[in-house]
Amino acid sequence: MADPRTLRTTKHIVDRYAAVADILPGSDLPWLVGRRQAGIERFRDAGLPTRKIEEWKYTNLEELRRVAFEPAKPVVNGISTGTLPTLVGAEHRLVFVNGHLRPDLCAICMPPDGATITSLGKALESIPALVEAHLGVARGDEDAPFTALNDAFLTDGLFLHLKPGVDLGSVIEVIHVSVGQSGPVFQHPRNLIVAEAGSHATVLEHYIGFGQSPTLANAATEVVIGEGAGVRHCKVQAEAPEAFHIAMLDAHLAKNAAFDSFYFASGAKLSRNEIRVTLDGEGADCRLFGAYMMKDRQHADHTTFIDHAKPHTTSREVYKGVLDDKARAVFQGLILVRPDAQKIEGHQLNRTLLLSDGAEIDAKPELKIFADDVKCSHGATAGELDEEALFYLRARGIPEDEARGLLVEAFLREVIDGIAMAGLREPLSDRVARWMGTRPALAGGGA
Amino acid sequence: MLEIKNLHAKVDGKEILKGLDLHIRAGEVHAIMGPNGSGKSTLSYVLAGRAGYEVTEGSVTYKGRNLLDLEPEERAGEGIFLAFQYPVEIPGVASTTFLKHALNAVLRHRGEEELDAMAFVKMLRAKTKELGIADDMLKRPVNVGYSGGEKKRNEMLQMAVLEPTLAVLDETDSGLDIDALKVVADGVNSLRAPDRALLVITHYQRLLDYIVPDYVHVLAGGRIVRSGGKELAHELEAKGYAEFADAAA
Repeated sequence: MADPRTLRTTKHIVDRYAAVADILPGSDLPWLVGRRQAGIERFRDAGLPTRKIEEWKYTNLEELRRVAFEPAKPVVNGISTGTLPTLVGAEHRLVFVNGHLRPDLCAICMPPDGATITSLGKALESIPALVEAHLGVARGDEDAPFTALNDAFLTDGLFLHLKPGVDLGSVIEVIHVSVGQSGPVFQHPRNLIVAEAGSHATVLEHYIGFGQSPTLANAATEVVIGEGAGVRHCKVQAEAPEAFHIAMLDAHLAKNAAFDSFYFASGAKLSRNEIRVTLDGEGADCRLFGAYMMKDRQHADHTTFIDHAKPHTTSREVYKGVLDDKARAVFQGLILVRPDAQKIEGHQLNRTLLLSDGAEIDAKPELKIFADDVKCSHGATAGELDEEALFYLRARGIPEDEARGLLVEAFLREVIDGIAMAGLREPLSDRVARWMGTRPALAGGGA
Repeated sequence: MLEIKNLHAKVDGKEILKGLDLHIRAGEVHAIMGPNGSGKSTLSYVLAGRAGYEVTEGSVTYKGRNLLDLEPEERAGEGIFLAFQYPVEIPGVASTTFLKHALNAVLRHRGEEELDAMAFVKMLRAKTKELGIADDMLKRPVNVGYSGGEKKRNEMLQMAVLEPTLAVLDETDSGLDIDALKVVADGVNSLRAPDRALLVITHYQRLLDYIVPDYVHVLAGGRIVRSGGKELAHELEAKGYAEFADAAA
């Protein structure tokens, strides 16, 4: 069993739940209250993950464990539309501050017939049956301590429902803001995306933060993709330096469904982005791309699980990271091919660029294949900047910092140019360039 | 312009240059010829400032300054250009982007105003046309998927864009057919000027038919063992380097 300190933290969190349970949204919905109760019990039984658990071997939550988080309260001022760093000119924007909807910052244009774009909190009031029908579906039997915790505390987030055949031609940008309050606060955003047969949606989740005191965003996103439907999903994690960010995305794909995911992470002190995709119908296809840049003592964990549950399913995954100073990253990629899931194709690649001797990557690609007619591959590489290329650029007059920046941008370009949401490519390229620009002087080393 | 005195340099702990002397004045074209392993490429890398090429003795003075004190990018800013024997492939960086960064960095170093996008494109169009380079090559990543000839032409394009004071051409003729060689030579010759100098490093005399040198030096065993006029190149072509093996020992 876990050590006393972990038990104490777990108990602290469970107690916080007891204190706020009555004021959480949907407290009049028995099914939801039941889910919350089941969630907190699962979390209590599992406890805060420690490195003894295989999936958490490379990500140490010790620092998180030491913080006594309180449930975040709504923040009603201090943020305006003008100060929000929007990434794309999305037609629909939903903004949540510390987990609570800020209607004054939202903008929802007229969606097409058959599309419901709202917040989960509002949906629980107006269309609870629709939420009940889909919440938790994408996750199946898979469970994890933090998703159980999200089940218990879930407050608000995007609710998107597309009826069969609806093509939401425009982008939805969901901005989740963590604001440090007088003490450490946590929030549990929950996003639910349901694309019924033949429908199409593009969603951008954007996490940012302000303030000096620690915050924890424990987010969960569920994506249910019906037959022949397609969802493009992008997530940008740019939280404040003192933030903790833990997120789970579950996607469930029916026959001929497509899921295209892009993750970009540059923020937070410690982050874990987990994706679980179930390819549960023939012809289902997913593409997981990701880029991350970490420096100082940042820690970023990307853990993905692709479940080829049915034959003729395909997946492709490329994650690239750049690590500087004493930053650490984890990449765990599991591809499971179930028995009888023949004729599947799954390819996975993780590449890391280490800009300093103190930076570190733990890469754990894993293939579990129980069918015999499959095409699978995986690869993980870690290396430094190409010295020859660096010299070539410098020999043409380009100063070393600028040359390194060009090479880092070039390294990430493959994934950034591959973002399905074309409008996101340029703003993210800019972020890469700016990130390189803020590197400390080379002679001086890291901060 | 360039004065090399008693230059000794090591690579991987092995001494390659063993007391090389060379004096190049503005307006001159010098050729260095020599057998494989004589130190030709080492000399070019030492001049460009590549890491791992350790100067153990001697001096290199360029425009009155100690060249060895300068970083590679400072040398480029001061007008030194090395045309690489093996141009490096840089996936993900488009040639145009690379050229723009390079030119603007050099202009900044020289205290001149950077070119805006329009002026840059206009200038680049003119240079590519001169060198017979297709526009689509510039959209591709630097040297990636280029043929041998394209790589060398790309080196010449960079040189034309950066307008160096001292250009060092390291085996620029290798891998070129005769037509490409003429194009490259035309590009080099168009840069000849009273305030500029060229150092052409080559194994064969062929290139020197098109870029006619004022002086020819034979490099063997890490030292200049013989110097002469352009006729020395023809002599070497006829006789080979065999006689210098002894001189170097």
